[in-house]
Amino acid sequence: MTTTKVVLRFPPELTDQPVTYKLIKEYDLMVNILRGHITPKEEGMLVLELTGKKKQLDRGMDYLAKLGVETQRLSKGVKWLKDRCTHCTACTSLCPTHALLVERDTMMVSFDRDKCIACEMCITVCPYSAMEVQV
Amino acid sequence: MKTVEEINEKIKKGKALVLTAEEIIDFARQKGSKRAAEEVDVVTTGTFGPMCSSGAYFNVGHSRPRIKIGGGKAYLNGVPVYTGLAAVDLLLGATAIPDDDPRNAVFPGRFAYGGGHVIEELVAGKEVRLTATAYGTDCYPRKKIETRISLEDMNEAVLFNPRNCYQNYNVAVNVSDRAIYTYMGVLQPRLGNANYCSAGQLSPLFCDPFYRTIGIGTRIFLGGGTGYVAWNGTQHNPCVPRTDLGVPRVPAGTIAVIGDLKQMHPRWLRGTSFRGYGVNLTVSIGIPIPILNEEILVQAAVRDEDIVTPIVDYSQSYPQRESGSLGEVSYAQLKSGEISVDGKEVPTASLSSYAMAREIAGILKDWIQKGEFLLTECVQGLPSSDSGIVFKGLQEKPFRAKKLI
Repeated sequence: MTTTKVVLRFPPELTDQPVTYKLIKEYDLMVNILRGHITPKEEGMLVLELTGKKKQLDRGMDYLAKLGVETQRLSKGVKWLKDRCTHCTACTSLCPTHALLVERDTMMVSFDRDKCIACEMCITVCPYSAMEVQV
Repeated sequence: MKTVEEINEKIKKGKALVLTAEEIIDFARQKGSKRAAEEVDVVTTGTFGPMCSSGAYFNVGHSRPRIKIGGGKAYLNGVPVYTGLAAVDLLLGATAIPDDDPRNAVFPGRFAYGGGHVIEELVAGKEVRLTATAYGTDCYPRKKIETRISLEDMNEAVLFNPRNCYQNYNVAVNVSDRAIYTYMGVLQPRLGNANYCSAGQLSPLFCDPFYRTIGIGTRIFLGGGTGYVAWNGTQHNPCVPRTDLGVPRVPAGTIAVIGDLKQMHPRWLRGTSFRGYGVNLTVSIGIPIPILNEEILVQAAVRDEDIVTPIVDYSQSYPQRESGSLGEVSYAQLKSGEISVDGKEVPTASLSSYAMAREIAGILKDWIQKGEFLLTECVQGLPSSDSGIVFKGLQEKPFRAKKLI
């Protein structure tokens, strides 16, 4: 079994497609929806954690690509710009998965990409633009 | 009992014992305060937090032909500067934002760029765009100028902050049902989080609570260079309730600071953006405390567990200027990452960087040990708890109708 986190971006004409249903029924994938968002222009964004056999996962990703859904691995989504970080800790109390964490002895902040679900809360709260979404 | 002069002699000989405000805590505990006061010469403090009342003034030099920007309009990288001074003296405030910034039109606004960022870029050695328009006079005929300019090109570039280094600050929470966007950061509804903003036991004015050594003329670490305390800060409010050690239990004293921007470093002066609120400058300050006697040592060795601050609701109490707090917590509790408010466990976070404050105190210690930084005796003390200062709100008074003749 393999697990991967992906960001899916849907153009407006695909927002009515039952994508998650198909990933579950036809590709036998476990789907955990981490985050969803539809913009005023009706472009959709879904962050999914997909678990399944490697082969099925690859087939599922092919299906999404053919459909015209843009996919991106989540670990590349949010970046911590260490040099810009002042270790103020403002982000740490709002990070839902504790990907951003304070080491209490040093009072310094660290970022664990694997735990990040790209909720982008840190981007809203960081006063120093030290968190960035990579496009 | 020592004098500043004696301590400076020891610094020059490389014989002064200098400790940071963290190191002094264990030292005083082990040696006892009397012996510690005899042995230690200087305690260094530090703080690195957003300080709204910051800014810089510049003399940009005279163009040929001359222009009187004074009384006209001027911008640095699109950020408006104050021109109500002499012909080519400009004053830039940290919170200034470009005229075309959308502000909170789409709430919460990003406030991505403003005065604080211009200061950071200038200090980093970058060129910025100076644009100005003027009305033209016989002696200053020009009406418009557009040029790139860097700190190096200017005659003077001075950081001048009317209020920095707050002695204590509120813990901000939100008891309402919606997220709010404040200068204390994003506060989640129903006590979702609590934000504080002080370096606690490392913070300069906590280590000299009655301003016995810190006063007008005190030489300090400012933005990576040296600066001076210029005056008490605005809203300086020393007559507040204090703990047995003399530490204010609520926001109290402040200082105004000044220093040569050309000496400073972008790591230590940072443009800052608060979502939905505005732009700011995060300023680094380190102040040395000469250990002249045992009392000064005991106060400098203050610990996070001995410093308390009120928890204030920023959805209703703060904006409506209603008094009352939701309780009092110590900085030791705040730094643990969780406090209890109304029986609820609330995660805490700081806006002021303790890690950077520690680094500043360490750098200042290093400067003093190397003999590169000598202490100053202040020229005049700051108003203290016996000053009778009353912190006033604004009492609005209607304009008087003009009498008809």
